[in-house]
Amino acid sequence: MIRDTRYRVPVNPFEEYEFENTEEKIEFDDFHLWYGDNHVLKDIDLEIRENMITAFMGPSGCGKSSLLRAINRMNDLIPECRYKGEIEIDDVDINDPETDVYELRKKVGMVFQKPNPFPMSIYDNVAYGPRIHSMGQRSALDDIVERSLSEAALWDEVYDRLDDSAMSLSGGQQQRLCIARALAVEPEIILLDEPCSALDPIATMKIEGLMRRLEEKYTVILVTHNLQQAARVSDMTAFMYLGEIIEFDRTRNIFENPREELTENYITGKFG
Amino acid sequence: MMDKISTEKSVFAFFKLLTWGVVSVVAVLLLFIFSKGLPVLTLDFLTSPPENGMLGGGISIAILGTLMVMGLTIVFAIPLGIGSAIFLAEYTDKVDPRIIRMVRLAINNLAGVPSIVYGLLGLGLFVLFLNLRFSVLSASLTLSFLTLPVIIAASEESLRNVPGAYREASLALGATRWETVRNVVLPSALPGIMTACILGLSRASGETAPLLMTGAAYYLPRFSGNIFRQFMALSTHIFFMSTQSPNPDITRPIQYGTIVVLLIIVLTMNMTAILVRSYYRRKHR
Amino acid sequence: MRVTRKDERPIEGALFFSAILAIIILGLIFIFLLREAIPTFYEVPISEFLLGREWFPSSFKDPRFGALPLIAGSFLVVATSVVIAVPIGLVCAIYIAEIADHRLKEVLKPAIEILAGIPSVVYGFIALVLLSEVIQNILHTTYRLNALNGALILSLMILPTIISITEDAINAVPRDYKHASLALGATRWETLRKVTLPAARSGVTVGVMLGMGRAVGETMAVLMATGNSPVVTLSLLRSVETMTAVVAIEMGEVVFGSLHYHALFAIGLLLFVITFTINLVVDFAIHRQGRMR
Repeated sequence: MIRDTRYRVPVNPFEEYEFENTEEKIEFDDFHLWYGDNHVLKDIDLEIRENMITAFMGPSGCGKSSLLRAINRMNDLIPECRYKGEIEIDDVDINDPETDVYELRKKVGMVFQKPNPFPMSIYDNVAYGPRIHSMGQRSALDDIVERSLSEAALWDEVYDRLDDSAMSLSGGQQQRLCIARALAVEPEIILLDEPCSALDPIATMKIEGLMRRLEEKYTVILVTHNLQQAARVSDMTAFMYLGEIIEFDRTRNIFENPREELTENYITGKFG
Repeated sequence: MMDKISTEKSVFAFFKLLTWGVVSVVAVLLLFIFSKGLPVLTLDFLTSPPENGMLGGGISIAILGTLMVMGLTIVFAIPLGIGSAIFLAEYTDKVDPRIIRMVRLAINNLAGVPSIVYGLLGLGLFVLFLNLRFSVLSASLTLSFLTLPVIIAASEESLRNVPGAYREASLALGATRWETVRNVVLPSALPGIMTACILGLSRASGETAPLLMTGAAYYLPRFSGNIFRQFMALSTHIFFMSTQSPNPDITRPIQYGTIVVLLIIVLTMNMTAILVRSYYRRKHR
Repeated sequence: MRVTRKDERPIEGALFFSAILAIIILGLIFIFLLREAIPTFYEVPISEFLLGREWFPSSFKDPRFGALPLIAGSFLVVATSVVIAVPIGLVCAIYIAEIADHRLKEVLKPAIEILAGIPSVVYGFIALVLLSEVIQNILHTTYRLNALNGALILSLMILPTIISITEDAINAVPRDYKHASLALGATRWETLRKVTLPAARSGVTVGVMLGMGRAVGETMAVLMATGNSPVVTLSLLRSVETMTAVVAIEMGEVVFGSLHYHALFAIGLLLFVITFTINLVVDFAIHRQGRMR
């Protein structure tokens, strides 16, 4: 069902409703992205605020992962990638050539779909980022490792075997390790790209609970193709289709009272 | 149908016979050589220099020479080989793809260049043009050229086998490309790279022709360890003793002994490489 | 948009230099061979060099630089060794890839690798001391060291190359082809003959060519096995000399800068051109094979 969206009037939920004391963290301004000739993201205008969980959802190929990866410039790794427009974090354009992309990636952490711990010990996995960014030695690192693993709800399960290989952990534990690894460099934003799709229901539950705790301190953005997960966990949801944001609103509104017909069709399972 | 089955049976039986025949020939040859050579390997033989106009004495100088040449070859070939492999596996997006294609073509062709042609290059370039004369240095530089293609090809393959997920995770944490290579990719590829280097070195230690042309001497009473001077090597010693010595029949035992020493060195390295490779292959299953 | 801190450029530069070293070395080989070989042709016309049947470089009065005996010697020894090694190698590869069970493979494959690891000078010794005896006892040859001796030891040396590449080629044939044939009621041998081997043909050809390239370039084994007598002959029982051997032996006796010295480089250049051509053809064949998948 192709809907003509040219005359859609963009709605900024933050203007419509009152959100108590939330600050803007990330802003997309007329952002476009191409992989070669493939126009992957079109006309993105989006505002993401602190201390919330924002979900990007939509059918396969809608561009949600690309949108996520634009925030920490992981799209740079794709050679034929071009963009237009601006992305600002804390009012600073992240695509500006003057920007230090390594500092950006320290500020914006990422957790991937398939858990990808390094083939090293649990300790070394978490300490990897701090070591790269010279955040301390020995005892300082010990503290960082403990803090990060606790924040990721993994400390109690591994505190006595930090030197064991990360590969000896279960899938759900590995993913929490990856979260701890990302937290270790003290980011402000955390990006999660379908973090539970490779995990069993119990592990998924643990991570969803973890996300809710994380939003108190961080800005959390979640890509998911699981509608129920988006409904369960997120505060704001952006529904995407064919590279465009069709609707962006409080999650409750998206699911109970969507403005767009496309959104409604997706939620009721008519496609995707 | 019975006809077909019996044909197949006899064909397969013949194949089996032939294959095991080949293996047995090799086994018999090696056993024969070891039986003739092992008794010669006394401590005296291994630690004393040749004497009596090469009719007697031991092979200490040759052992030292081979070790020195190999040692220096490692110094040159391994950093350059691994560096090249890293570039080809991790950095190819930074240069014109035509250059990369040329590099790969060059590596493939270098692998097929006869060792004597490397010897001629060594002679022309190192011994004469750069005036390094007949020396351990000339020989090692020549052997490093010879060993490079082997090390590069196998190392690159090991690097490519490291999952892309590790690189992504590292870069997402804010590491640079070199930091990622150094801390994650290289350690992960190390077993394969080690195997490549050991196999390359093993081949180099058995080489004779390039050494003949760049510095191996027929007879040295003493060896000072000076890399700018000539040397003796096990491989060339075998050659000289069996073809140029005053009386090859009398010195036959020395020849067998030298062969056994060289074979032990080469076969040990090969087996180590094979073991390293299969150990890590089993670990990552 | 690149993922590098500015201060990594020296490292990348070093890595880049390592990579183009291969091109540099290839270029150096070409340059130095040409540099030292070309002076030959100021005094010896190319036709005489390539077609002259007399190689008497150290004759005082009338030195001759006809390289045909050496070319013929290499040809005779290499061709014979390939003719011997290819069938045997094929059989062994088929056995290892298709017939032998897992435990036998665990023994056979390392055995082949050991064979490949033995230094050429050891093979030369075997030919000089052991193989020549055997041949002499069986065939009562006039010359103890002859072309046959060289060809036999050479075939033993290129066997591992042919076996391992053929084995890879056979293993690369999709299992579906084999299964389809077997499901139609063909025996394993029939399947091999009619389906697997034809499908592996291009890979096998590559293996044979690489083996041939290795044989042409081999020095020490043929040097010690063939008797080193530069004559043009097709008789396997006579002593011959290969291009590789003449360079290795006579380079130790020449005055650097003499015509003899340059002539040896000319032979080296010829050798390089031959093996380089074989490698280019192999590269091309592999490239085409890859594209045809």
